[in-house]
Amino acid sequence: MNNIKSKIKSSKSKMNYDIDLLKEMYKKMLLIRRFEEKAGQLYGMGQIGGFCHLYIGQEAVVVGIQSAQIEGDSIVTSYRDHGHMIACDMDPKGVMAELTGRRDGYSKGKGGSMHMFSREKGFFGGHGIVAAQVPIGTGLAFSHKYNETNNVSITYFGDGAANQGQVYESYNMASLWKLPVIFVIENNEYGMGTSVKRSSAGENLSDRGKGYGIKSELVDGMDVIAVRDAAFRAMSFCRSGKGPYILEMKTYRYRGHSMSDPAKYRSRDEVDKIRKNSDPIDNIKHLLGKLGMEDKELKNIDAEIKNTISEAAKFAQDSPEPSDEELFTDITIN
Amino acid sequence: MTIEILMPALSPTMEEGTLSKWLVEEGDLILAGDLLAEIETDKATMEVEAVEEGKIGKLLVSEGTEGIKVNTPIAIMINSNDELIVETDLMPNTTTTETQKSKSKDETKENYPIEPNLSLITVREALRNAMAEEMRLDKKVFVMGEEVAEYQGAYKVTQGLLEEFGEKRVYDTPITEHGFAGLGVGAAFGNLRPIVEFMTFNFAMQAIDQIINSAAKTLYMSGGQMGCPIVFRGPNGAASRVAAQHSQCYASWYAHCPGLKVVSPWSSSDAKGLLKSAIRDPDPVIFLENEVMYGQSFNCPDSEDFLIPIGKANIEKEGNDVTIIAFSIMVGRSIEAANILKENGINAEVINLRTLRPLDTETIINSVKKTNRVVTCEEGFPFSGIGAEISAMITEKAFDWLDAPIIRVTGKDVPMPYAANLEKLALPQVEDIVKACKNVCYKE
Repeated sequence: MNNIKSKIKSSKSKMNYDIDLLKEMYKKMLLIRRFEEKAGQLYGMGQIGGFCHLYIGQEAVVVGIQSAQIEGDSIVTSYRDHGHMIACDMDPKGVMAELTGRRDGYSKGKGGSMHMFSREKGFFGGHGIVAAQVPIGTGLAFSHKYNETNNVSITYFGDGAANQGQVYESYNMASLWKLPVIFVIENNEYGMGTSVKRSSAGENLSDRGKGYGIKSELVDGMDVIAVRDAAFRAMSFCRSGKGPYILEMKTYRYRGHSMSDPAKYRSRDEVDKIRKNSDPIDNIKHLLGKLGMEDKELKNIDAEIKNTISEAAKFAQDSPEPSDEELFTDITIN
Repeated sequence: MTIEILMPALSPTMEEGTLSKWLVEEGDLILAGDLLAEIETDKATMEVEAVEEGKIGKLLVSEGTEGIKVNTPIAIMINSNDELIVETDLMPNTTTTETQKSKSKDETKENYPIEPNLSLITVREALRNAMAEEMRLDKKVFVMGEEVAEYQGAYKVTQGLLEEFGEKRVYDTPITEHGFAGLGVGAAFGNLRPIVEFMTFNFAMQAIDQIINSAAKTLYMSGGQMGCPIVFRGPNGAASRVAAQHSQCYASWYAHCPGLKVVSPWSSSDAKGLLKSAIRDPDPVIFLENEVMYGQSFNCPDSEDFLIPIGKANIEKEGNDVTIIAFSIMVGRSIEAANILKENGINAEVINLRTLRPLDTETIINSVKKTNRVVTCEEGFPFSGIGAEISAMITEKAFDWLDAPIIRVTGKDVPMPYAANLEKLALPQVEDIVKACKNVCYKE
């Protein structure tokens, strides 16, 4: 990561931020991390089945972007989606209960880790096919424009998805029709077990919008303030009707691709270094300390979040399984 | 030396056309590549070029003549130095053509007696009317696809929509099926009502992930939150002489998947009533049209309120001896077969399925109980086809009512060949249906 640091737009104005806003972002990032740690634990206990892709390490991306959103903006992402749901204020209880496959989950236990939705919160999934959410997010942008709203569609995808053809089909239409979509590439350096270097030609994924005339930025995705700044630039561009925008977030996931990934494709040392030097939560915690926030307050936040998560875990284990009748509901509306 | 200039075939399915304008006069000297005439097909107006040089000796058909069959002589070319031709015996018998044309229209009229509030329109017009009416009623309905706007539709189905509704509601897409199918799904999640046209369903294979994984499954995966009100429509099945990659019936592919509704109209009223229902439906609907049917005319109700419910089959012809179950173009062939069978003392019932998923099992079973014999008809491949499904369903639900094994009349189990004779062999014909019906009746 260090070799690209010089090209990345980092925040220059950290000290100008409102401490309350920083606290909010810190809380949300920590909530996501603790949620994911708990999910990992429940997976180990056999309470969560199937695929489970954790977001640990990438929290600054979704929290920074979410902090720049307005009411009515839509969000769509891949299967690594728990962080996005929590960032847009979906209830951790409902998310966790979906992970355990119970009736109080967001999809009544029928979607699982990769498939949750909340129209109310503007969260349109949770999509399990790599890059399928990219045209869908472009279509949500189409609906924002069609309805003449001021909203944008935030379409997240990973570095792995960036090699799928439908991403470029979407770039083309988004740029051609000036659709208000922000393509957020969460580049965590590995598409499953294959590094970006081994899978992707060209220097930066963000450069790939150039041929379509799409403006792009490379952003330090471990720095929540840099992400927030970039998100504002992208959103004001999109909201003014100028078309799409690409934000490539240089980030890192600490855990494997999914729970069943032993992550042999990278060294323990590589992970430890990033954790030690670039952790997004440590970064902001450190900054809050410098701004005069007391340890006691930080501890209170930690305790509050721990409590929220254990309640969510309990709720998710106590909620009953869906009834047998649910097998045949929700296939079609009529 | 004289050369006959023949009415050209300007598309794979063109059988006749209109000579809308002559661009030359008798006596004009022509070089190869010069424009001779404008010809209107059912899909487009096209200019015809001379292939060699000479002088226009005689124009054989006048401007505005309709229904000129492909390969009819339309002009005579002579050597540049020769005199014009004055004899009249070279004129083709256009009167006959006219008579044939009106006769065929009369036949259609006999089958579909004109009633008040009905118009004789083509399947193509019926589809367009359905879209236009629904677009007038609901501003959330829009059309997107390749060549749907400025070109007026590759098969002219969206003709006039751009003019009436403007470019905000009629979108020409790039050639990017997977992308625009997914974009349509996203727009439907965003509460719009997209009609996505595939130039043909062969190209929808590029988009099948978005159709199945995104459009069909999301409602279930979201526990009922995320409906996807979208119509994917376009021609399906065999066209004519376009070979294996452009001739395939996808009915059983889509009908296989829970979460989709699959509709396949035959007549103009089917087309209008079912497409309007599909556009209003809250679920994703696969709407399988047939290119060969686009130009065929049937009576169709004018009313904007005319709807045909999804999930209901229609008995096109009642009978007691054998049930023929068909959809799309095969309905017409089944009716023809039934007429031939009648002369042989077999009274066949013809069911037009209209919807393949959800299948109207009730209408099928009731008919089986009456006739005790079944023949299914489809253009698609036999293996795991719609006929296979119907056959299994009848075996499960009405086995005791059967007096003979069910016979499937299907396309052959081969990629579609190009050669005319082989293509005909690969596709189910009227005589195949007649033979199958005689077999299940143990006659012959």
